[in-house]
Amino acid sequence: MTTTTKGSATEMPGDGPPPSQKSLLTGSLPRYAAPALLAATAALAAGVLLAFGALGIAQFAVFTVIAYAVVISIASRVVENRRQATDRLVTTIVYACFGLAMVPLVSLLWTVLSEGLARLDLYFLTVSMNGVTPSMDAGGVYHAIVGTIAITGLAAVISIPIGLLTSIYLVEYGQGRLKQAITFFVDVMTGIPSIVAGLFVVALWMMIFGPGKTNGAAGAIALSVLMIPVVVRSCEEMLRLVPNELREASYALGVPKWLTVVKVVLPTAIAGITTGVMLALARVIGETAPLILTAGSSAVAINWNLFNGQMMSLPVFIYSQVRMGGAINYERAWAAALALIVVVMLLFFLARLVSRFFAPNLSR
Amino acid sequence: MTTTDPSTTAREPQGKRRLGDLLFAGSAKGSGILILLILAGVAAFLIGQSFDSLSANTANFFTTKEWDANTRDAPAFGVAALAFGTVLAAATALVIATPIAVGIALFIVYYAPRRLASILGYVVDLLAAIPSVVYGLWGIGWLVKQLGPFYTSLEQYLGWIPMFAGPVSTTGRTMLSASIVLAVMILPIITAMSRDVFQQVPQAHREASLALGATRWEMIRMAVIPFGRPGIIGGAMLGLGRALGETMAVAMILSPQLVISWMVLQSGNQTIAAHIALQYPEATGYGVSALISAGLVLFAITLVVNMGARFIVARRKEFA
Repeated sequence: MTTTTKGSATEMPGDGPPPSQKSLLTGSLPRYAAPALLAATAALAAGVLLAFGALGIAQFAVFTVIAYAVVISIASRVVENRRQATDRLVTTIVYACFGLAMVPLVSLLWTVLSEGLARLDLYFLTVSMNGVTPSMDAGGVYHAIVGTIAITGLAAVISIPIGLLTSIYLVEYGQGRLKQAITFFVDVMTGIPSIVAGLFVVALWMMIFGPGKTNGAAGAIALSVLMIPVVVRSCEEMLRLVPNELREASYALGVPKWLTVVKVVLPTAIAGITTGVMLALARVIGETAPLILTAGSSAVAINWNLFNGQMMSLPVFIYSQVRMGGAINYERAWAAALALIVVVMLLFFLARLVSRFFAPNLSR
Repeated sequence: MTTTDPSTTAREPQGKRRLGDLLFAGSAKGSGILILLILAGVAAFLIGQSFDSLSANTANFFTTKEWDANTRDAPAFGVAALAFGTVLAAATALVIATPIAVGIALFIVYYAPRRLASILGYVVDLLAAIPSVVYGLWGIGWLVKQLGPFYTSLEQYLGWIPMFAGPVSTTGRTMLSASIVLAVMILPIITAMSRDVFQQVPQAHREASLALGATRWEMIRMAVIPFGRPGIIGGAMLGLGRALGETMAVAMILSPQLVISWMVLQSGNQTIAAHIALQYPEATGYGVSALISAGLVLFAITLVVNMGARFIVARRKEFA
């Protein structure tokens, strides 16, 4: 456990004669006090809960933390002083907050892993749901994987150039009102709810093609609305990190501005830009709501055509299976969730690796 | 291109105009303007398509709770219940998440060993990267079952508070469950924001308070929190914006009902986003257009919240 700062264990001395009988180190709990008290309260909690026949992990943890907080505060109040007691209480609360936050993360990863592994196999990944009746113990996510790749791919093709060029404008060219406006509205765009992005494309499509038209391209445009601001933000940050000396050296050699950007600035920042783009991809690949509205939620067959017919995707697959609600549907949903999390985590860790190993050394 | 801004100190030398420069600068500026156009388009198309149903609506859009829009003659619908549910869910999530997030941020910056702290930073980012539909699946497939006994005892001991009045929903698919999942989802946002400001607290402030004999908590209370307050508030508002617009967790967990009810332990209420996702596949008549007008309301609410958050965060940057 933690040891609090020992030097401050006594009360602040006033102007009068110091309390001579107290040395600096008296009046503080020994270092082993905190772990010993924790062990004692844990044992107490287990004992009491067993006596009442209500021993569960959650009850045990809650009981232990509360009992420990009370005991350590009282002990510190008696041996030390009120201020130390408050400090120890807050320390306990902060550790408890952290522990509490680990509960959802660990339980989420654990449930997805244990429930998902039951069904996630080669068969599941390579067949679609075409011709699978509700009661059949068959079917897989191949059509959803196809849809996810196609839709996210098109979204990336739209978003990356627009986002990158905008960030270049903001860092290298922009000035005055327009730059301020773009910076501000990119921030605003980051906060657009994903379902509103979906509705936007629905409205757009209704105006162009008439009502009831769903296809993959619509989904890709909805995802682009969500992806562009993220790409702009991260690329802008990376371009700002490129030292001005590099640009000036290039200008001094007579290189035009656009070539300076393309050949000097972008290569220097490419690792950071790649990281940012991958994190943006990891974000939109799990988006569900806009795809329900734009790409449809009932496709069962493999469809590579972005411009014709409904397209399933992994997140929408999970959602529609949960809506059906049978045991077999939940099994499929868990397996698809595991597949989706694996993809997101791969993107996430690859992004971190790229930024760690390919970042240029700017320290000199 | 031709104007020279007097505020820039170094005046650009008038050199040769190159085609490459013009094209590149033009396309960069063009995509910047395109973003503004997209945002304007989002607002314009939503307003344009909602007009259709709003003018045919026979009930007051802002005070009606019912949603009877899937018809061609005399649709009657309103967002009163939906808007209430949206705000209630997001506010509950915020109340749960903010203190815990600040606690985690304090733990990462001031309590955890240095090495553990950097790993925890990754873990928080990872939590933010998990898709919302997976949170929804976790909520409906695991969490609601665990929460059942908790709700029963909550009603038993705190039932005298009107919010926690019974009878408790037997499925656990209640407003509180949805809010808890929303809280888990916005936790990383608030944590990341608070952590960033806590790391920027000047070392001199912290050392000065420690040198005066402050305990760690007193140092945090007197040096860290006052400095970091705008960051915490800004992060909380960003989290609120996210919670307001979050669809999947609510659509999958809550068993909806178009009522205005404070009873978070009973099934009922519904949020705008979840309502759109659930109703859209079956929408006919004025249905789609009516859903778009509901989306417009959501857009307006989140816009106000997010602009407020950005304003607070930006103001802190100026003074820091």
